[in-house]
Amino acid sequence: MKVLVPVKRAVDYNVKIRVKSDGTGVELNNVKMSMNPFDEIAIEEATKLKEAGKVTEIVAVSIGPSQAQETIRTAMAIGADRGILVETSAPTDIGGVEPLAIAKTLKAIVEKEKPDFIIMGKQSIDDDSNQTGQMLAAMLGWAQGTFASKLELTDGKAIVTREIDGGLETIELKMPAIITTDLRLNEPRYASLPNIMKAKKKELEVIKPEDLGVDYTPRLSVVKVAEPPQRIGGGKVADVDELIDKLKNEAKVI
Amino acid sequence: MSVLVIAEHDHQSIKPVTLNVVAAAKKIGGDIHVMVAGTNCSGAAEQAAKISGVSKILKCDAPELSHRLAENMAPLIESLASSYSHIVFPATTFGKNVSPRVAALLDTQQISDVIAVHDADTFDRPVYAGNAIATVKSSDGKKVLTVRGTAFDPIANDDGNAPIEDVASKGDSGLSKFVKQELSESDRPELTAARVVVSGGRGLGSGENFALIDALADKLGAAVGASRAAVDAGYVPNDYQVGQTGKVVAPDLYIAVGISGAIQHLAGMKGAKKIVAINKDPEAPIFQVADYGLVADLFEAVPELTNKL
Repeated sequence: MKVLVPVKRAVDYNVKIRVKSDGTGVELNNVKMSMNPFDEIAIEEATKLKEAGKVTEIVAVSIGPSQAQETIRTAMAIGADRGILVETSAPTDIGGVEPLAIAKTLKAIVEKEKPDFIIMGKQSIDDDSNQTGQMLAAMLGWAQGTFASKLELTDGKAIVTREIDGGLETIELKMPAIITTDLRLNEPRYASLPNIMKAKKKELEVIKPEDLGVDYTPRLSVVKVAEPPQRIGGGKVADVDELIDKLKNEAKVI
Repeated sequence: MSVLVIAEHDHQSIKPVTLNVVAAAKKIGGDIHVMVAGTNCSGAAEQAAKISGVSKILKCDAPELSHRLAENMAPLIESLASSYSHIVFPATTFGKNVSPRVAALLDTQQISDVIAVHDADTFDRPVYAGNAIATVKSSDGKKVLTVRGTAFDPIANDDGNAPIEDVASKGDSGLSKFVKQELSESDRPELTAARVVVSGGRGLGSGENFALIDALADKLGAAVGASRAAVDAGYVPNDYQVGQTGKVVAPDLYIAVGISGAIQHLAGMKGAKKIVAINKDPEAPIFQVADYGLVADLFEAVPELTNKL
């Protein structure tokens, strides 16, 4: 089976971001960028399935600037066989390529590549939308298993355990299907040096959104981006008695 | 203009977050209808009818909606969409699962996690784990939103008298099938609706030690939460997780015990009115957002706090 794994270049999860002073977005110049953590989990899951003999080919796809080739190389160092970059200079966090347009791009790639299923991150940690997988499933008329913490492929079906508000839910999906990953699906490996070297030689195709006939005009205009209200923290109490006194008499919350 | 709110419910009754979502819908303006889709869901529909300011309940009662699978829900909502300018979901795992599927069928760019309504087109939503707030204006004719319940005060649910109208299901898609669920049983308040939340982190050291958190929570009538580290370590189930990708809480009082305060965790609890942090590491980032920080060994401080309350 062939699996498609979309991967996104996003701000590194350790970065403390700064809002641009003109309120148009978030400062990304000279900021460390990495593969979106949920996508790393997706590529790891695909690689494990390949190692288990259930998957024959892993195709990594990214939509973003030319530097997103590095993100695809990272996916290749973990286990992707091939990569496709849909190159765009539009921002991919806010006010640029939106989840709906990303889903349309991926749909066009699915029509070309004809994968048997798709594993992708449930959200990217920049715009936090949590939409693309579900949208793509709707556009393709496929089943969706979102927020997966366990995935099993048997008899042409996917059994997915999902993290839901009350606990866990297990569903059975007809294939082809889209699985979106949650944090506990697996722990992504570190790519080994030989695999990083090998990744450099793998095939990476670069195309343009126009080649796929997809329009990236945003539907949402960004009026402004602002800092959230700052909390004034840092208050200290000496002991439990003082804590109880403050909670009762100052904060009046107990 | 009219708004369709998709109710969160358990078939017998409406979940409290629905009342927060209706409050957000009210700020958009126009008629508000609430859809209750489920199996034997008259109980929930009757409760929804009592929500203040709602003019109609759409009840869809069908066996294939028993677990409200996205593949069955989305075509149903799409079939009703022509009558509405806005379709609004709670930003719960249910809403997040179904809503983008509906948005894609309607070719509209969904707005996720709305925390403020400026007007019928303009909304605030957090990005970058809540470290920035984007104000966005939608040019789509039809808007699909998910609303963060904690950002809106709930509307009253005792003076409404909306008529209940039956709508037909679009049938079973056959794409997906419910197998089983394992839900955490608890007598405590729901995490996202609780007035007080006590959360534990990796500092607890084990699942057994979470008994300290439970005891304090019981004393305060609080819900119990956890950091990602504590969930990853297997101390507590996934549904306890508070943070960027877990639950977002905004209680009057949040007590963080043995939690260092990664930005991903802060994203889920910064909206609390008062924050208490108990941690033995004085440098832990959690203290930067805490109103009352107590640098202490949690294994001594927490039992003492529980006893003295």
